[in-house]
Amino acid sequence: MSDGPKKKVVKDIKVDLDKCIGCRACEVACSAFHARPKYSSTNPSMSRIRVVIDDLNDVYVPIRAGDYTPAECTGRNTYTINGKQYKECSFCGVSCPSRDLFKEPGSGLPLKCDMCEDDPPLSEPMCVQVCTHDALTYQEREEEGQAEEMQEELEIGLESLADRYGLEKLKDIVARMSMKTDK
Amino acid sequence: MRYAETGFNLEIDLSRGNIERVATDPKLTEIYLGGQGTAGKIQWDRVPPEVDPFSPDNLLIFSTGLLHGTPIPGANRTAVDTFSPQTNLYSHSLFGGFFGPELKHAGYDKIVIRGKASDLVYLWINNDKVEIRDAGHLRGKGALETGALIKEELNDPDAQVAAIGLAGENRVYMATIEHANSSASRGVGVIMGDKRLKAIAVRGTKDINVARPAELFEICNPMYQEIYDNPYCGDAFLHEDDEGWHVNNFAWGNARERQKDFWNKEREEKWKGISDSVRLRWTGCYNCPKDCHQAISYPGRQTYFQKCYSKLTYAMAAYKELDFNYDILGVTQEHGLDGYSTPQILAFAIELYEAGILTDRDLPKFPSDSGERFFYLVEKIVRREGIGDALANGVYHAARQIGRGAEEFDHNSMKKFEQLPLKLKMINYPYFLMYATGEKMTITQTEGSYPQIPIADKKEREQFVKNWDAAPERFKKWFLEWEPRSHPSVEASVNICDWNETMHYIDDAIGTCAFLSSFRGQFGGRPPYHLYNLPNFISHATGMDLDSDALWEIGRRNRNLIRALNVRRGLRRMDEKPPEDHWKIRDPEMETKLLDAYYEFKGWNNEGIPTTETLDELGLDYVSADFIERGILTDSEGTPSQETSSEKEKK
Repeated sequence: MSDGPKKKVVKDIKVDLDKCIGCRACEVACSAFHARPKYSSTNPSMSRIRVVIDDLNDVYVPIRAGDYTPAECTGRNTYTINGKQYKECSFCGVSCPSRDLFKEPGSGLPLKCDMCEDDPPLSEPMCVQVCTHDALTYQEREEEGQAEEMQEELEIGLESLADRYGLEKLKDIVARMSMKTDK
Repeated sequence: MRYAETGFNLEIDLSRGNIERVATDPKLTEIYLGGQGTAGKIQWDRVPPEVDPFSPDNLLIFSTGLLHGTPIPGANRTAVDTFSPQTNLYSHSLFGGFFGPELKHAGYDKIVIRGKASDLVYLWINNDKVEIRDAGHLRGKGALETGALIKEELNDPDAQVAAIGLAGENRVYMATIEHANSSASRGVGVIMGDKRLKAIAVRGTKDINVARPAELFEICNPMYQEIYDNPYCGDAFLHEDDEGWHVNNFAWGNARERQKDFWNKEREEKWKGISDSVRLRWTGCYNCPKDCHQAISYPGRQTYFQKCYSKLTYAMAAYKELDFNYDILGVTQEHGLDGYSTPQILAFAIELYEAGILTDRDLPKFPSDSGERFFYLVEKIVRREGIGDALANGVYHAARQIGRGAEEFDHNSMKKFEQLPLKLKMINYPYFLMYATGEKMTITQTEGSYPQIPIADKKEREQFVKNWDAAPERFKKWFLEWEPRSHPSVEASVNICDWNETMHYIDDAIGTCAFLSSFRGQFGGRPPYHLYNLPNFISHATGMDLDSDALWEIGRRNRNLIRALNVRRGLRRMDEKPPEDHWKIRDPEMETKLLDAYYEFKGWNNEGIPTTETLDELGLDYVSADFIERGILTDSEGTPSQETSSEKEKK
C-alpha cells in the first residue's frame, strides 16, 4: 500500500433502457460467471443483474444487485417517465425483504454485483460483454477520495444470517463448527 | 449427474387431476437428443393411430430443447407436439421466447398432458410445486392478457406463461398458443383448448449444469457478437422497410394473384412511417442477441408482438395497406389465431360470398369493405358462430362442409393444411420434394439450408462456396454447377431436400432457433450454427461424444420416427403432392421420377414407408415390428432396394 490517499476508481455500468431487447443474456452470463465452479451452471434467478420486464407496458429495466438491507423502505416510489409508468422499486437494486429479487433461491442469502472481480481482471463485466445492443456499457473513472474496501460476499452473507438468526446464535454455531474442525 | 437436461418430465392427467414427476431414461437422449425427437418417441409409444385427435388419449407435449437453459445463445424454441384434427396427422409447432428455459430451471424437460379437464383450468408450475388451478375467470380473455392476469394473481412477475385465446377455447383449428413475444402456430392451440387448458405458467429457480463448463463458455461467448453481426441470420426481412420481396412474390387474396406493380418507393416511405409510428421497440428471445420481434402499440389495441411475415399476411389477403395489418393483428393475436392460415380462410370466405356460394343468410349484415369483412369473419370464427363454425375448421374442411361448389375454392391446401400463398410459374425440383414429403405441414419447417436461387456470376458463386462452412462437400459441387434458369439434377434435388429437412430435425431436438441455423443458410450461406459446429456445443453441454456424422444420424432417425407416426395414421404416396396450382407449369413424369428417387434415397418403399432395413439400421426396430404386425410392411418389403446404401456413402 502506498502512503498517499489513493484515488477512488468508480466502475460504472450505464444502462440505456431504450436499447434493451429483453433477451436476458446478461442474466445468463452473470449466473454462469458466478457459479462454482465457474461456468458450471446457469440460473437467471442467481444472477446479480435482472431485467425487470413488463412487456405489455414496454418496460425493460436491467437492474444490478446492490446492497443488502434487512429492512423495507418506509415508503415506495413509482415513476412515470414519458407517460410510461414503472412499477414500484423498478430502479432499485437493493436486496431487501419486500421482494424476491437478488436472493439465492432456497437459502435466501443476498446476492450483490461485484463487477465480476476476477484475477486477471476482465476487460468488462460479463453482463456488459454479452450485451451486444449496448443497453449496458461499461466505463471506469477516477474520483477524488479514499478508496473504499469492498465488502466481501461472505461478509454480506454473514450479515444477513446475523439479521435473520441473531449474531449470538451465529457466533455459537461458528464456534461449534471450528471446534469440530479442530478435532 | 444429468447435464444440460433435467432428467425429469412432468406428466399431467387433466381428466383425473393427477400430476407426476417422472424420471426419464438417459439412453433416450443419446438416441433422439430431446425436444421433438424424444416427444416423437412418447407419441409413438402412447398414442396409437386409432386415437382421435379430440380423444382424451391424444397427448399434448411441450418439450424444451436439449440445449435450453445452457449458456448457448439462441437455444430457446419450445416444441409443441400432438395430433391435429385438421389433418388427422402429426402436428408440430415451435415457439421462441422464454418458456422452455424457464421450464428447465423449474426442473423439467417436458410437460406431457393427457386427458381433458372438466372445466377450464390452468397449470401452475413453480419448481417442485405444481397445481391445476381453476381458470373460469379467464374464459374469453385474450392470450397475452391471460398471461398478465395470471402473473398478477400469482404475484410472480417472473413467471412465464403460454396461453390460448378465444380461438383455442372454442377449438378453432387455426388456434395458436401465445407466449410473450412468440406464437406456436400450425394449429396446436386447438388441442390445448380441447383439453380445457387455458394456460401454463411456469417459474423455475434451479441450476442447469453443463458437462464441460470452461470449454463450453469459450465457444459460447464469441457467438453473441457473431450472431449480432451476422446479417444473414435472425429475421433479416422484418428489419427491412423494402417489402418488395414478399409483396411481389407472394399471392394476394385467397392465394390468388401476384401484384407486381404494387410496390414502389412512395409506398415504402408510407409503410415505413406506419411501422415507425406503431413500433415501441424491437425485442428478442431468451439469451439471443437478435431482435426479431416488434412490440406494437396500435391505437385502440393492447400491446402485442409482431413477428415474421405476419406483418403482411392479413393486408395481402384483404388487399389492404399495412396499417390494416397492424390493426387486425392486435385482435387476432389476442384471440390466438395463426397469422398464416387465418388470412387465407378469411379471403376464402369472401371469395365464396362473391361467387354467391355464401349468401346474406350465411353472412347477415356482411360489410362491403374487405377490411371490415375480415374483422366480421374473425369474430364469427373464434366464437364458431353461424358460418364461422365451418370456417373454424380450416379451408379444406370448410369447403366440404359448405359444399355447393366451395371445394373448387380450396386450391392452396396440402394434406388438408393451408400453405403459404405462393403461386409460381415453373416447377422447382427440390421444392417439389420438400412440399410433397414434409411432415411438418409448411415449407418453412423444411426449407432453409441450400440457397433458393443460384448465383449468376461465376466468380461470386465461387466466393460463396469458399466461405460456405455450413455445407457438406457434395453441395458445393452442385452449387458451383447450378446455372440460372436450370434445374438441379434429380440426385442433387433429393440431397438438397434431405439436407434441408435434416437440419430442422436437429434444431427441433436441441431447441436452437431456426433463424440461427436450419432456416438461415439459404440466404448468404452463413448460419451461425450448422452441422459442423453444433456437435461441439452439444458435446460440451451434455458430455456426450458426438460428431457431425453422429448428429446427422440422429436427425435421420428423428425424421424417420416422425414419418412413421404419420405412416401409421395412414399417410401414403397419394397424399404427397403440393397444392395443385402451386406451379403453373408442372412435369408429372419428372415428379414421379423425383419422388421415386427420394423414397429410394431415404430407404423407403414405393409408398413412402420406411423399410424394415432402414428402420432397423436406425435402431427403430420397434417401429418396423409394429409396421409388420399391422400389415403396413410385409416381410418382403423389408428387403432393401439397391440404392439405399448410397445415402450412407454420400454423407
